[in-house]
Amino acid sequence: MSNLINIIFNGHDRQIEAGMTVEQLLKDAAINGRFVAIELNGEILPRDQRNQRAIQARDVIEVVTLVGGG
Amino acid sequence: MAEPTQCIAKDVDMSESWSAVDTASKQTANLPLKVGKYSLESRLIVGSGRFDTPELMRDSLAASGSQCVTVAVRRERLYDRQGKNLLEYIDPDKYLLLPNTAGCYNAADAVRVAKLGREILRSLENPGADWVKLEVLGDSKTLLPDPIATVEACKMLVDDGFQVLVYSSDDPIVARRLKDIGATSVMPAGSPIGSGQGILNPNNLRIILESLKADDPDYPVIIDAGVGTASDVAVAFELGADGVLLNSAIAYARHPILMAEAMKFAAISGRKAYLAGRMPKRLYAQASSPEAGIITSRPW
Repeated sequence: MSNLINIIFNGHDRQIEAGMTVEQLLKDAAINGRFVAIELNGEILPRDQRNQRAIQARDVIEVVTLVGGG
Repeated sequence: MAEPTQCIAKDVDMSESWSAVDTASKQTANLPLKVGKYSLESRLIVGSGRFDTPELMRDSLAASGSQCVTVAVRRERLYDRQGKNLLEYIDPDKYLLLPNTAGCYNAADAVRVAKLGREILRSLENPGADWVKLEVLGDSKTLLPDPIATVEACKMLVDDGFQVLVYSSDDPIVARRLKDIGATSVMPAGSPIGSGQGILNPNNLRIILESLKADDPDYPVIIDAGVGTASDVAVAFELGADGVLLNSAIAYARHPILMAEAMKFAAISGRKAYLAGRMPKRLYAQASSPEAGIITSRPW
């Protein structure tokens, strides 16, 4: 039985399975976790919590990386 | 025949008005640029933005000889991923990465972005992890810094343990304030970001250099923004700047790799000219060939 929840992921609505961890979400989105930082509900999520913290409904997740800039 | 009237005008010494500020210690050796706890052999900091291709960026950075590269913090692309991450073109083991807070218009956003940049670099173990190039903009058309928000953000970041390199205007009062609240380096603009207008107000920059280095000759002042071509870089160093930060001048050149190389030489030559101590400017001429032994006559 899959229970879907709604979150906001990098500014877009997204439906994911309840209980998914951030680590799993990154994998699902084909994001290399090595080069990113994650903000969960306005707070930086420590790296070691990525595969511990289960995502909850209405979570706001920002995944950021370094890009070219002056 | 009457002696012609000699026209002797008092030679006006223009050195007070024009010569480079001699605030550095009197050494002439070309020492590394010390910013906070780091030492950089190259006095150029180069941005990674606006290049046509990531390969061109990578090769231009290499040609510039720079060891420190600014980067921006943005969302990871989810739906239209285009190839590799920037960090696959800029080796974080080879370059000191300096995250900027570009695109931030208030202090809270700048602090938020700075912390995210730090988080990424900490995991990469890049020495730039506790550095940030702080930019808090006031206006999207001029990209001028908001001086009040910049001072506010600088204080917050310094208190949080960052070494803050602050993008500022050429206002000497704001520059002083930023240093006083603990900025690791003040980086006054030569002209607006990406405008390529070069050093518009050398006098203000000289005042800033004198003011910030008065009892602290090694305090790093890095001219950042508006550089358009190699001579702008040389001028910046001849004024006494410790470093120059540039991006568009290379990225928007017709041949970026060649311009990057030009910038490298301009930085070296400008710095050496500054250390050499330029000759004073004079209102009147002073012959460089001797008077003695002259075989020709002159009218007077």
